Amino acid sequence: MPIEFPDLNLISVSPFLFLLAAVVVIMLLDIFLTDKSVLGYVSVCGLLGTTMPCLVLLMEPEAPAFQTMLISDGYAVVFYLIFLITAVLSVLIALSYLDDRNMQEGEYYILLMLSTMGMMLMAGATDLIVVFLGLEIMSIALYILAAFNRQQISSGEAGLKYFLLGAFASAFFLYGVALIYGATGSTNLYEIGAWFQIDPTTNQKDPIALVGLALLLIGFSFKVAAVPFQWWTPDVYQGAPTSATAFMSVGAKAAGFASLVRLLTESFDGVFAQDWQLMIALLAIVTMTGGNIAALAQRDVKRMLAYSSIAHAGYLLVGVVAIPYSPTAAVNGILFYLMSYTFMNIGAFAVVAVLEKREQIGSSIEEYVGLSTRQPLLALAMLFFMFSLTGIPPFIGFWGKWYLFWAAVEAGFSWLAVLGMLNSAISAFYYLGIVVQMYMRTPDEVDTADLTPIKLGAPITVAIAVTGLTTILFGLWPTPLVNLTALGIFG
Amino acid sequence: MIISILLLIPLIGAIILMVLPREKEKLVKWFAFEIALINFIISIPLYTNFQAGGGYQFVEKIAWIPSLNISYHVGIDGLSLFLVLLTTFLSAIGILSSWSAITEQLKEYYALMLFLETAMLGVFVSLDLFLFYLFWEASLIPMALLIGRWGGKQRIYAATKFIIYTMAGSAPMLVAALVAYSWGGQTSDLPTLVSVLPTIQDPLWLALQPWLFFAFILAFAVKVPLFPLHTWLPSAHVEAPTAGSIILAGVLLKLGTYSMMRFAIPLFPAAVAGWTPLLVTLSVIGILYGALVAVVQDDVKKLVAYSSVAHMGFIVLGIFSGGQIGMSAAVIQMVNHGLSTGMLFFLVGVLYEQRHTRLFSEYGGIWLKVPIFGAFFILAAFSSVGLPGLNGFVGEFLILLGTFSINPTAAAFATFGIVLAAWYLLTAVRKVLFGPFNPANNQLVDMNGRELVIALSLIVLCFVIGLFPNLLFEKINPATADLASMVTTATSIAEH
Repeated sequence: MPIEFPDLNLISVSPFLFLLAAVVVIMLLDIFLTDKSVLGYVSVCGLLGTTMPCLVLLMEPEAPAFQTMLISDGYAVVFYLIFLITAVLSVLIALSYLDDRNMQEGEYYILLMLSTMGMMLMAGATDLIVVFLGLEIMSIALYILAAFNRQQISSGEAGLKYFLLGAFASAFFLYGVALIYGATGSTNLYEIGAWFQIDPTTNQKDPIALVGLALLLIGFSFKVAAVPFQWWTPDVYQGAPTSATAFMSVGAKAAGFASLVRLLTESFDGVFAQDWQLMIALLAIVTMTGGNIAALAQRDVKRMLAYSSIAHAGYLLVGVVAIPYSPTAAVNGILFYLMSYTFMNIGAFAVVAVLEKREQIGSSIEEYVGLSTRQPLLALAMLFFMFSLTGIPPFIGFWGKWYLFWAAVEAGFSWLAVLGMLNSAISAFYYLGIVVQMYMRTPDEVDTADLTPIKLGAPITVAIAVTGLTTILFGLWPTPLVNLTALGIFG
Repeated sequence: MIISILLLIPLIGAIILMVLPREKEKLVKWFAFEIALINFIISIPLYTNFQAGGGYQFVEKIAWIPSLNISYHVGIDGLSLFLVLLTTFLSAIGILSSWSAITEQLKEYYALMLFLETAMLGVFVSLDLFLFYLFWEASLIPMALLIGRWGGKQRIYAATKFIIYTMAGSAPMLVAALVAYSWGGQTSDLPTLVSVLPTIQDPLWLALQPWLFFAFILAFAVKVPLFPLHTWLPSAHVEAPTAGSIILAGVLLKLGTYSMMRFAIPLFPAAVAGWTPLLVTLSVIGILYGALVAVVQDDVKKLVAYSSVAHMGFIVLGIFSGGQIGMSAAVIQMVNHGLSTGMLFFLVGVLYEQRHTRLFSEYGGIWLKVPIFGAFFILAAFSSVGLPGLNGFVGEFLILLGTFSINPTAAAFATFGIVLAAWYLLTAVRKVLFGPFNPANNQLVDMNGRELVIALSLIVLCFVIGLFPNLLFEKINPATADLASMVTTATSIAEH
């Protein structure tokens, strides 16, 4: 009997191989180079290089590979691109941010890229074990990134807090995987889905599977920072170096949604959907509202953005609710929203990183007073991000909301869309607050503000320029992004 | 092409303005004014080439987001023609009127004025639901910044209130628009939706329709503002710089009333009859309430602001009077209100620039000191009151006439509004111009050439409309006749 060589479809994992190669190169360079910022530029090249196989895969999506453990279908590849963009922008921020604080270390870039790989693995995984693998690769790197600022005690606190609560969430997730395996006899998403179809009436009411699903949802809710599993978010986001916060606020959230959406569509579709739909609708409402109301009270911009990121998870959950009834609109909407969120949120954190005082973590809202006269372009960029995050046209964030809420309307959840829009109006209050500080108040009304313009490093300038321009240009002409996210279909 | 040019010129002008050298203030002012003036001149052929009863004209349609069936579809008809002209005209006036009032960050100020012009024009020309929504919301940003940056003491409060009110009001509208988009076969093209939506007989749709109409009207009523949603207006007006007030009262409020006629009524004509009693009642309350509050003001600008609430109530009354006369008169009254209130705000600004106060008690007997100003102030007040021969009369009289034949009670109550308007405006004239001379005004200087140009061009138009209203009506009437028959047909179908 000839030995059968396992099918190692290398094309479908080519983005991972590219990224891994880049990581290895950086690790080697790290030994020889004393100027660690070079590593940052190398990692930008590596990440950009990884988009090449992604674009190829986008043209010809792959079937499941590795015994249906992983798939690089359109859906996964669009997520790969989101993660890569996130990573590139975060590295650009980090290059300036770490330089200013003498924290330039090769490990930062290595960890960031490995975390990106974990995220990509989550998006492509079609087996719960692989999802878990991706989740851990992503999270462990993030724990270290959060604690990267060793001079700051709050950074260590952020790392520890994230690690402890993240470990709890992982345990929940794993328990859920175990229960689902016990009920269905498989960890493969397709096989789980097939098992529910065998005997729909009894299998879809199987209590063990239901509990398993609930535990998985808890695990994901933690990662995407949905209320009531959001407690870690403000402290971690505020304590972590801002460059890392930017990365995890978008990347970890996108990865969580990538995997959650695939899980729900491939495994828990059909009649079963009604069980989780209501659960997620409730989760969406409390997440949107909780995040927005908590954000209203913040005086620290970084912390405010942390709470606002919770609210954004809520909007995305509205899209998740719509999946069973209007799958295409909902999935495209989620992809579009995450894509737009990548640009506007990382842009906002980049501005925060610029204005953050060296000796402290986070920046008080007073720092923004009169920014429009001191640094008009920086203020203009922040204005774009704030209005875009609010969801006001002509910025990209509007189309994100448009897409998600349209999906909800198509699915018959207009009331949820109305709640979402009202939440946007609430969020206008605090996003506008920053604009008020920058454009409407004058520095002489505040005496604490430092009036000397801050010098921006070249990499962070590029990051802000790119995100600012995409925020407005794709807002005026969203067609390219709409077409890109329309490719994000399940294989 | 002409409409796209109108939208692009201020936009490009604003971007060029941003890169002009900050020190060259004269250049910045002239450049901004010329851009607005050019835009006004370009918009004039819209009037001369407009075919009365020709439906949508100067139409352009370009695919914008093809996969979602959203297009850049613009065009004008009898409803929007004069509002487009009003916008280009008042934008130029507004920019010219701020030359001496605005002393800091000129570039940003004029750039925002031009951005605002594009956004407002966009609302008036959009024939696509989401293109409209884009301009509608986009117009908030420059206006809020204008109030918040160059406004008075309470400017931040006023700007925040303005933006939050309008956003909260518009929130359900987007969802309603999405529902209409879904039911209309995933298209947001207005002419298509208007022909498709009223024919749908699905019971679920019929049940939804009133609520969709309500969501649209809510957004528009905040903007108008209809009583009791008006509370943002006085604070916004009082705090806004003069040009901000001119644009706010002259054009921005009309976005609300115009959109009622352009979107809410034609998309959901069957729902109109059900909501008419409420809307008519609220507009009559607004007329009386606005007038009564205006009577007791001690601040000129606040008085004009509350008079806007009353006048806008007339317009809403006309729109929902249930007949074509009222609707035509509402359109013409939108233009009238823009001109006369714009002029009042401008004149108040002239005084404020010199005395930095708007309280009646600070003025008195100044006609002898500033006779030209006094003459214009009286004319503006007359125009606003509705003196025959001036524009205000045409609009308000016909609105009352149109309403009277259908709803005599409402018309009777609204007539009191005119009496009250005469009361508070003539009182304002008396307190400012006549009476014992207040020596604090000894240094007051009469209007200069620039201010004269502004006032003259406004007052000439007031007379033109007042004396030759048919120049406007002949172009407006076919459009409103269509709209009125749409409502009548839909109502009679719904009743059977």
